[in-house]
Amino acid sequence: MPLDSPPAADSASKSTNRLAIVDSDIHPAVKSLNCLKPHLEKKWWDHAMTYGFRRRHGSPSVEPYPKSAPLASRRDAWPEDGSGRPGSSLELMQKQYLDPAGVELGVLGPLGNTGQGELNLDLGAAFCRATNEWQREAWTSKDRRLKAAVVVPYEDGYASAKEIERVGHMKDYAQVFCLTRSSDPLGNRRYWPIYAAAQDHNLPVAFHVFGTSGHPVTGAGWPSYYIEEGAGGHSTSAQTVVTSLVMEGVFEQFPKLKVVIVEGGFGWLPPLTWRLDKIFERNREELSHLKRRPSEYIKQHIWISTQPMEEPEDRNHLLDTLRWVGHDRLLFASDYPHWDFDDPFRAFPAGVTPEQHRAMCAENGLNVYRV
Amino acid sequence: MARHVVARVDEIAPGGRKCITVDGRGVIVFNVKGEFYALSETCPHKGGSLAKGIITGLVESDAPGDYQHTRQGEIVRCPWHQWEFDIKTGRSYCDPRRMRLMKFDVKVEHGANLVEGPYVAETFKVEVEDDYVVVEV
Amino acid sequence: MTTDQTRSWAGAIDCDVHPRVPSIDVLRRYMDSYWSETVVVRGVDEFATIAYPKNAPLTARPDYAQDKADQDAGRTAKALLDPHGFGHAILNCLYAVQMIRDEHMAAAFARAVNDWVRHEWLDRDPRFRASIVVPYQSIDKAVAEVERCAEDKRFVQALFIAGTEEPLGKSRFWPIYEACERHGLTIGIHAGSSYHHAVTGSGWPSYWAEDYAASSLAMHAQVGSLVMEGVFLKYPKLKAVMIESGVTWLPPFLWRLNKFWRGTRMETPWIDRLPSEIVKDHIRLTTAPFDAPDEPGMLARIIDQLPSEDMLLFASDFPHWQNDGDAMLPPGIDSVLRKKILIDNPLATYPRLTIS
Ligand code: FES
Repeated sequence: MPLDSPPAADSASKSTNRLAIVDSDIHPAVKSLNCLKPHLEKKWWDHAMTYGFRRRHGSPSVEPYPKSAPLASRRDAWPEDGSGRPGSSLELMQKQYLDPAGVELGVLGPLGNTGQGELNLDLGAAFCRATNEWQREAWTSKDRRLKAAVVVPYEDGYASAKEIERVGHMKDYAQVFCLTRSSDPLGNRRYWPIYAAAQDHNLPVAFHVFGTSGHPVTGAGWPSYYIEEGAGGHSTSAQTVVTSLVMEGVFEQFPKLKVVIVEGGFGWLPPLTWRLDKIFERNREELSHLKRRPSEYIKQHIWISTQPMEEPEDRNHLLDTLRWVGHDRLLFASDYPHWDFDDPFRAFPAGVTPEQHRAMCAENGLNVYRV
Repeated sequence: MARHVVARVDEIAPGGRKCITVDGRGVIVFNVKGEFYALSETCPHKGGSLAKGIITGLVESDAPGDYQHTRQGEIVRCPWHQWEFDIKTGRSYCDPRRMRLMKFDVKVEHGANLVEGPYVAETFKVEVEDDYVVVEV
Repeated sequence: MTTDQTRSWAGAIDCDVHPRVPSIDVLRRYMDSYWSETVVVRGVDEFATIAYPKNAPLTARPDYAQDKADQDAGRTAKALLDPHGFGHAILNCLYAVQMIRDEHMAAAFARAVNDWVRHEWLDRDPRFRASIVVPYQSIDKAVAEVERCAEDKRFVQALFIAGTEEPLGKSRFWPIYEACERHGLTIGIHAGSSYHHAVTGSGWPSYWAEDYAASSLAMHAQVGSLVMEGVFLKYPKLKAVMIESGVTWLPPFLWRLNKFWRGTRMETPWIDRLPSEIVKDHIRLTTAPFDAPDEPGMLARIIDQLPSEDMLLFASDFPHWQNDGDAMLPPGIDSVLRKKILIDNPLATYPRLTIS
């Protein structure tokens, strides 16, 4: 039966047999940087206060492409008491999203000054550790539906592996968290310690869009506008991750590794897969470290988040694409509290069956995340 | 269709808005420079509530690099995906043919006229000497 | 429909054929004495590109490689045009002028390549047409080269390589487009890179296969840039062809572009309709590679995702090894669409094809 008018999130809580939503992308924020202070050695706190954050772009804070809304957030997600930024109040998150949407498992993905991409690798590692401690203290210990991400200083493969070893055994953590815009394509061997540790701990590795690689956002240089960064830059950075992981043999090396691509859309995945298969056929000698076609690795190892939902003019195009990606590979994500938020009951097009909806919004996630 | 008295005129200042529920339906009454307009609260895109949407001007352009900024205070943006709606017409700017907010007729009526009915004003004590915003839903 | 119509290549316009410069010495003949001598004095090497390693499988189909068919107009005609009965072939010379850092040297090499193409290809077979290699390291010099070559109506397009230093929509490139529009020249953006920075936003991949895959990502950037910067508002008669980087990536990118635009219209208010509608009118794609799966029945659904069937231009990508035999289009294209792709769409895209 087609899901012609899915109920809205606010009515979902009233329904008796509501779906237990698994959300693969929720962004918790610190109320202020001070939240991390208790989890940092004095040395690193002082360092950050003295030199600020230095990543591979010019500004210590400002995004080079101003967003469409402050902090790229829903305007209704700012705590009314002025206590902090969107995503910083658990209470508001519960009231505004988790409860009405019926989220049973929400996987966190902290962004901002988390240490990722820091030029000073030790500072980066210290802030990642602090961010991981803070997630337990402020979020997962307070709401059992939420699971933390092991935020890793991915430009330093060994420090990243160390951090996964440190906390990866704890039930609070559901995934390892990297950003797509890295300094080398993420299949490069310098990142393999991350995958080894993640595989050991049965943690999927999430690659979330953003990051400061130091390279122009696109292979054609720096674009002018946020829309170019957002519509093109993010999805192409996600395509680079998939291409690199597959072609550089990561899944041969780590046959149990699970990967989740987050917030880059998903419509591009079938065409990219078709493209990689053709290229592989013609270049088997260069790629002799691969034992199977790219599409087979993708089908086995990669899951992809549904947000931001693709919205072609003709919904049949989307229904085709969902099928081509595979309803078993798609994980619902809300991206709460960001402006391109998707609601689990409104985001999907009419024509998606309740079974498919349940797979994408609940079942698949339970298979991917260690819960 | 019934006429609902939803606010005293001085309750909604210019630039302000009031969210109300009429017959179970969310409606927002905007005061744009002294004129009142009423739109459905729910965004036709994916259901965001316009109650917290920022109110802005309109930017139009004749050529790359040209920014004509007019009609300050007449556009409301959905707090979710940032679609722009014309407060006066409910029309969207990103898909004017297909997407608009439902618009309701608004009148300002003197209390003396309202006491005569027909109108619905359960939550209001209508005073003969004041002016009221009346929405037809 | 007879089977013949669905198989015939007669009159087809091949929008992507690559003549190979046999050696830098050949180009020296088309340089002034200073540059010709410079090549010798400074030991200037071939400007070959890692985008097409000489002996990599894709670079030349084995049968074409064997007799160096791409190094000579007559051999190319014999290998490609004669057996299929093509009406025209548009030559896109990939000698890597775009890689050169010195803008004066780039201009000298662009001139030499264009004159070589004119004398040794266009003059030798009336079926050939060509793209102008543009030294856009300097906008002034690029415009001058377009003006110089445009007098010869057999030049139908100005050629860019997708991996530019800056996206091609930026206003500094507009004088080139002004000249192109005025002369009825189309813009062609071909796979590859100037390699002035990494080919992906996340750095340099380890394998050639990844580099080649990334050229469709650069195309995303170029389409986004040309549309959002307003190039087609400024130059409404201009069309841009994305060459040799696949077809199927485009629709999902347009979904994203449209969706973002709805929320960010205020950033580029000159864009007053869906970006996909602008793309439909101004962007074209060559068909090799196509990047579609082999499953029968899927092709129609994939093509249906494109804003228009008018966007597809036939290309063999000679001598690149995209396919074998004469399987130059994906199977399952009906004869009506086939004729559009082979003939009508190229004619509508390249105004100079009908005047010359
Ligand atoms: S819900 Fe209002 S713009 Fe999407």
